[in-house]
Amino acid sequence: MENEKIKKVSIICAKGGLDEVYPALIMGNGARMEGMEASIFFTFFGLNAIMKKMVKKLKVATVGNPSLNLAMPMMKMPITAPFPTWMGAIPGVSGMATMMMKKEMEDLDIPPVDEFLEMFTDAGGHIYACKLAMDMFKLKKEDLVDEVEAVLTVGQFYEKSAGASIIFT
Amino acid sequence: MATKEIAGNKVNVNEEGYLLEFNQWNEAIAEAIAKEEGIDELTERHWEVIKYLQKYFEENDAMPSIRKMKKSGAVDTKEFYSLFPGGPLKKSSKIAGLKKPESCI
Repeated sequence: MENEKIKKVSIICAKGGLDEVYPALIMGNGARMEGMEASIFFTFFGLNAIMKKMVKKLKVATVGNPSLNLAMPMMKMPITAPFPTWMGAIPGVSGMATMMMKKEMEDLDIPPVDEFLEMFTDAGGHIYACKLAMDMFKLKKEDLVDEVEAVLTVGQFYEKSAGASIIFT
Repeated sequence: MATKEIAGNKVNVNEEGYLLEFNQWNEAIAEAIAKEEGIDELTERHWEVIKYLQKYFEENDAMPSIRKMKKSGAVDTKEFYSLFPGGPLKKSSKIAGLKKPESCI
């Protein structure tokens, strides 16, 4: 048991900011690269990442994001300097921070979210959407990108996760 | 470091079986490693991917990420996973006699 290899992971992504969606995608894709079974279950605001209208529009929140500092969006400022809320509220700042982060990611070979979803499913990963969250946001399956395999209840998600390690990002 | 005999050749490998010196690699070794990794036969497409990896390593002194492979046009993601099931980048690198890729992507 102790050193047993992980064979299957089920990842839950419940938040929809650019910085909140990537961990799930990277962990999921990384699992496939290691030969594990992998699925990602998008729920609540995580659904942003798999909505046709939103997938290319995800942003880094510069207000109400206490982890954000002036170094993070690669502003070449000290990592100890918090991102001032007043600054984050200025129109265009969130877009700017997002752009800088995207550029940095591209340099590291991290694909944009829409391409990442395609790469993950091409790699044999599964993408699921949460039924309850879909009902809450009045979304239909056709509002979601084609990579979404199914809309699942929580019970169905657990059923599909039999034998998997469950990761909440 | 350990020495291992693969397809009649004595080669230096790391603890995971990756060749340490590419000049010790040959096609018979590739075929033997492929068998160990569960790939019974290396087809022409396998060889094309292997040759691409070797060329990439020679030019960049680094292994490509799985996204680079996709963008290279050498092989798309679906085919890459079907040619080398269960960890395509790791397996193909091992068969190609190259080092283990360290990228997270």
